[in-house]
Amino acid sequence: MIQIRDLHKSYEMGHNSLHVLKGLHLDIEEGEFVSIMGSSGSGKSTLLNILGILDDYDRGTYYLGGKLIQGLNETKAALTRNEMIGFIFQSFNLISFKNAMENVALPLYYQKISRKKRNQIALEYLDRLGLKEWAHHLPSELSGGQKQRVAIARALISQPRIILADEPTGALDSATSLEVMEILKEINDQGKTVILVTHEHDIAAMTKKIIKLKDGVIEEVIKNGELLAFKNRVSTE
Amino acid sequence: MFDLDRWNEIWNALAKNKVRSLLTAFGVFWGIFMLIVMAGAGKGLQNGVTQGTAKFAANSAFFWSEQTGEPYKGFKRGRYWHMDSEDIQFLKDNIPEIEYITPRNFTGRWGGGSNVIRGKKNGSFNVKGDYPDYIKIDPATILNGRWINELDIRDKRKVCVIGEKVFESMFDPKENPIGEYLKISGVYYQVIGVVRAETTININGRTEESICLPFTTMLQTYNMGNTVNFMAITAKRGVPVSIVEERVKELIKKKHVIAPEDLQALNSVNIEKEFEQMNGLFLGIQILTWIVGIGTLLAGVIGVSNIMLVIIKERTKEIGVQRAIGATPRMIISQIMLESVVLTTVSGYLGLSIGVGLLELVNKVMENSPTPTNDRVFFTNPSVSLTVALSSLFVLVLAGLLAGLIPASRAMQIKPIDALREE
Repeated sequence: MIQIRDLHKSYEMGHNSLHVLKGLHLDIEEGEFVSIMGSSGSGKSTLLNILGILDDYDRGTYYLGGKLIQGLNETKAALTRNEMIGFIFQSFNLISFKNAMENVALPLYYQKISRKKRNQIALEYLDRLGLKEWAHHLPSELSGGQKQRVAIARALISQPRIILADEPTGALDSATSLEVMEILKEINDQGKTVILVTHEHDIAAMTKKIIKLKDGVIEEVIKNGELLAFKNRVSTE
Repeated sequence: MFDLDRWNEIWNALAKNKVRSLLTAFGVFWGIFMLIVMAGAGKGLQNGVTQGTAKFAANSAFFWSEQTGEPYKGFKRGRYWHMDSEDIQFLKDNIPEIEYITPRNFTGRWGGGSNVIRGKKNGSFNVKGDYPDYIKIDPATILNGRWINELDIRDKRKVCVIGEKVFESMFDPKENPIGEYLKISGVYYQVIGVVRAETTININGRTEESICLPFTTMLQTYNMGNTVNFMAITAKRGVPVSIVEERVKELIKKKHVIAPEDLQALNSVNIEKEFEQMNGLFLGIQILTWIVGIGTLLAGVIGVSNIMLVIIKERTKEIGVQRAIGATPRMIISQIMLESVVLTTVSGYLGLSIGVGLLELVNKVMENSPTPTNDRVFFTNPSVSLTVALSSLFVLVLAGLLAGLIPASRAMQIKPIDALREE
């Protein structure tokens, strides 16, 4: 699904160049449930931005679903994002003057699907996430967990192949966090690839594979079988 | 473009900053309002003036004598001279391009006191001596009776044609003045007609307040010999009156032994030239109107551009989210441009309508308050042409697009990643 080879990315900060990703290799298969961890400055946000085609990279190759993602113009990037990727953000990023249903339907608006049809589909997705009766509420009238569920519905509605979640539980309390993780797990069980960035070990431990970044390269990959050991290690730390 | 969501978004963007949106819209509104009102007022002035002069023979020129300005052939500078009746026939014979030529003499009401008496009524009016052709150069409506004719001239009849104001002050409104007598400077004249001027041009006093005698009668009763104070000519169709004007001056100067280079001895006014000047003036007013109007409009447009920039700044994150979930740059640009065009067009259209409405109102008020018929109206029918209205609408849409340009390109510079990072 995702194949990254020798990825380099640096940022220009005035006269200084900050080399963030230094020859990163990464393979993610379809249907995986992966978390990316790392201390701040390890390059995890940069990696997520490149994965989400929100940012370009300097060197290397990035194949998404067999397609080379390189030097796309804004229009192509937008179309690819719309088609392939669903985003979930830490701060939900719902549009404040649109109600839940309209927010969920937004990606379909960009696909030029008629208003009636996309609202109907949006209602189905909200129903699936147990928010049907909140469909006509504005984001400001929803709780944090509800907002994130609306955002998840929005990420799912365009039927992307990958869900990218940037600290999806960062703004939620632990009970709600668990709830959101359960939903993400369900989505993954239905066959979608889910990649999330987090710095919380217990959240990461709920995924099936943990990729630890350090100084722009992958330091460690912890797979299914070793997760238990990881959990134990975390709890003793 | 006519998607409900899109309009919803426009509405939300503008409604979020009601006061600012309103103030900005007011800038554009005011710009177009001023443009329309000024253009309309300019047009009204033009209408008023041209209506007042339209019927006046445009190809006419007028001459009168003054002291000579140059010594010539033994005559000293500053000599008094005058044209005479023979000059009229002389010019007629020598300049075939002349269509009408008529002399006109005056006695003023200056010298004090009233000069016209009828019973217990008296008044002070200009007295003029005219030929029948004069009315063809400076048209007047004959309200009652007739104008001076050839027989009056030949027989030096003691008759007079009076202006409307003269009738009003010397007669009772229901009286028939025709056949009645007026005593003018001690001599009785029979009234043969009442006239109303059709133009606002006046030559030695307004026609309404004047009494016209046959030219020959005036020469005799006022003991003027064959003096001609004033002369009016019109050129035949197709001949510029300025050519005739020059020719007349040349011949008259020669005949009366005046230096050819003397510019002041025979003075003249060329209506053609005056009209041209007037047209130039109106053109100037129009150009000024557009410069000021478009300047004001531009200020409004800059305001719109400014508010759009602020809106985009505030919506950076929102735009970033929209792009992250698949909005193409084109969608964002067209959204912003449309917002800008809507803001300018709606407010501008309002300004246009209210401006036109105001002009209409002025029109109505002016129509309903009948100005005394003879008073000069220098302001008639203020209006803007459809061309002006349409072109200002066009300018508006263009201005809206222009105003949206900078904000839209600013929005395009927002990378989704930057927008989302901005917490």
